Amino acid sequence: MTVQEILRQCEDLYNDIDFAYVRDWKTRHGAGAIGYMPVYVPRELIRAAGMLPVGIMGAGDLLEIIKGDAYFQSYICHIPRSTIEMGVSNRLDCLDGMLFPAICDVIRNLSGMWKLLFPGKYAKYVDFPQNFDAELGGTFYRHELRGLLADFARISGREISNDDINEAIVLYNENRRVIRELYALRVERPHLVPTYEMYLILRASNILDVAEHTALMRDYLTATLREERPVRDNIRIVLTGAFCEQPPLGLIRALENSGCNIVDDDWMLGARYMPDDIPVTADAIGALTDAYLTGTVATASKYEEDGNKGAYLISQVTRSGADGVIFAAPSFCDPALLERPMQQEALKREKIPYTSFKYSEDTGQYQVIREQTGTFADAIKLWGDA
Amino acid sequence: MSTTATESVQKEQSMLLQKDMIADHFRRLGRAKEEGKKVVYTFVPGNLNELILAFDMLPVHPEINALQSAMRKKSAGYIREAEKHGHSEDVCTYVKCDVGMLKSGNIGPTGEKLPEPDLLLLSYTGCFTFMKWFEILRKEYNDCATVMLHVPYQGDGAITEEARAYVVKQLREVLVPQLERISGRKLDHDRLEELLASSARAEEDLVSILESAKQKPSPIDAYFGGVYYIGPIFTAFRGRESCEEYYQVLRSEVEERIRMKSGPITPEGPMHNEQYRLVVEGPPNWTSFREFWKMFYDESAVVVASSYTKVGGIYDTGFRHDARQPFESLADYCLGCYTNLNLPSRIDLLEKYINEYEADGFLINSIKSCNSFSAGQLLILNELEKRTGKAGGFIESDLVDPRYFSAANIKNRLESYFQMVDAKRQNRHTPSSRERA
Ligand code: SF4
Ligand code: SF4
Repeated sequence: MTVQEILRQCEDLYNDIDFAYVRDWKTRHGAGAIGYMPVYVPRELIRAAGMLPVGIMGAGDLLEIIKGDAYFQSYICHIPRSTIEMGVSNRLDCLDGMLFPAICDVIRNLSGMWKLLFPGKYAKYVDFPQNFDAELGGTFYRHELRGLLADFARISGREISNDDINEAIVLYNENRRVIRELYALRVERPHLVPTYEMYLILRASNILDVAEHTALMRDYLTATLREERPVRDNIRIVLTGAFCEQPPLGLIRALENSGCNIVDDDWMLGARYMPDDIPVTADAIGALTDAYLTGTVATASKYEEDGNKGAYLISQVTRSGADGVIFAAPSFCDPALLERPMQQEALKREKIPYTSFKYSEDTGQYQVIREQTGTFADAIKLWGDA
Repeated sequence: MSTTATESVQKEQSMLLQKDMIADHFRRLGRAKEEGKKVVYTFVPGNLNELILAFDMLPVHPEINALQSAMRKKSAGYIREAEKHGHSEDVCTYVKCDVGMLKSGNIGPTGEKLPEPDLLLLSYTGCFTFMKWFEILRKEYNDCATVMLHVPYQGDGAITEEARAYVVKQLREVLVPQLERISGRKLDHDRLEELLASSARAEEDLVSILESAKQKPSPIDAYFGGVYYIGPIFTAFRGRESCEEYYQVLRSEVEERIRMKSGPITPEGPMHNEQYRLVVEGPPNWTSFREFWKMFYDESAVVVASSYTKVGGIYDTGFRHDARQPFESLADYCLGCYTNLNLPSRIDLLEKYINEYEADGFLINSIKSCNSFSAGQLLILNELEKRTGKAGGFIESDLVDPRYFSAANIKNRLESYFQMVDAKRQNRHTPSSRERA
């Protein structure tokens, strides 16, 4: 496949807010599908039940909000209203259930709204421990996972064995491995993996069957290495704060066109939440638990016991050789925006330049942001800082 | 207006008692460092006051400082200060008010400087922002010792055995050792039990006070008056003798009002002719609290039940702190606070209030910067209207940011709302309150 063919497939998946792929997959496999909101859920368990995990990240700028606004005041971020809009317009009927991970009060309350609005559908709030001790948070989380497993067994109508979970772990390990390769190439030769393409390819992991997605990424890696692409004089940037509501595609393109190669980020964080492989053991639930407790990256929705705020962001900058950081957060996003001043303090101490803006998934005007990041890029190019 | 302007407004004994209790607490805080007392900053929902007192430590509640700052018209400046330091205009204004106060010298409500924390006790109950708030404070106070109590959410509408066990284990294995380390003393289990028993007695009285609003006329306003009534039990006093005494005195005052068939006390004296009985969801606005309240008592509207008075514990559905099982009951308390209920449970509770307190309608005060309360309130409005057939109203303001309190707008909305209540009553062929009056 060529890069263009791969991108076309990803764009189609991105644009399809009727989830034709999911409907088709279900028919082909005679199995169910479970939706999940950002940031992370243990997709391995859904897969182990023979079902398709489907990442729901709002509808971006693809859907006119007609009913969704009646559910949310103007001072609440956009993703819950477009998600409700998709729900009440029957676009999510193909899902046999929805998971709402514990990342903020909006998603938390949305879980209860879902129960009321779609009483026949499975809707589950997935609590994650904020205590990372194996005996404390670990015990609690194991139980949460077992509860999910029992729910998935009921929905799919099949027993789920330890081997089933391990099989899924292997598939996702493979997926994580290729993602790591893709990011490594991006750091090494960013012109071969433009931000826009990287985003779309990763975004496809929300929908595609995991094995298919891994194969797609492999194809992309092969194809892009064959491409002749101009090396641009862009600065290298880490983008942070976009872990939930996503910036519209047009804005992602605008960032790159303004002179920024985004060499690391936190959008699509769920796919990269556990950067390392999860071991295959006789206690697969235990392995998933340990991976959560000890092997996840830092993000605003997770408590940092050591109080070393910004350390992970700085490590992203160092690892990727970035010149600076862009704080890009959805408007009214408490976790991202409350995190921001602490991270900025940490960057200041390290003399790492940064710039910040807010967006909404349906932002239509990028000009101001583009100018801002363009000026930021120019300042770094000229003086080495902003 | 429902009150007689010429009536002299006598402070009741309970009000004076509460004033003294607060003044005394802040005096103790002022002397804390010189007396070698350890200071614990912590949040109102799911607060572990008995445990803190058992270690003879002094609690400080940043939310209370924020609301006090708003009532003293200081919050606008503090919020500006925090925004100047990079805090977004979009986030919870309690946090910004607190950070701004800290940046401006940390002067508490009594004009004295607040002592710095020896420990930040982060009880993560019912609101995600609490975690961010103390992460911010930890930095501001040079990496002050911080202990997290993670309280799982009632996602499926019930407290599970595992959630309870998880909280109990954290209390025993994380909180107590940390409190022992900071305070330099071992936990005195007998003292803890005494404190919990005292809490339960005060809680009993509080429930009787809140439920007095089932009377007609209601002797209390369970929102505007209610926020004063919950003050001691939701903060530094639960477990103390003074708290028990306060609720005994308040209860007898309320019982006397029931005997006299008199209405609630407002800032302009007792209200005499109750016209509207309302249930209110959501926190009040603090920057224009009096003005806001006046919009209700001017219409002879009394709030008979509110969800805000349940943020620091829902006692009227039966929960009491229990000296016989100290940690389990502390866990249940944390797990059961109002904002830790899922949305369907919140609706069920409000519906119960509307029915049991024979309300004419319900009102939501949606707080612009509080996602924990506000996300989903429009659905709450629709559901309650559907289930009860009562008039639902929706107004918007903020807790402590005066920029978001538009008096004219709120007054307009309330006027239309009261007309709607009247219309609903007429439709049911019952005389409207305006007719009755
Ligand atoms: S964008 Fe932020 S506030 Fe909104 S749902 Fe996502 S994490 Fe929560
Ligand atoms: S978001 Fe709401 S509940 Fe949370 S700290 Fe702020 S005001 Fe309190």
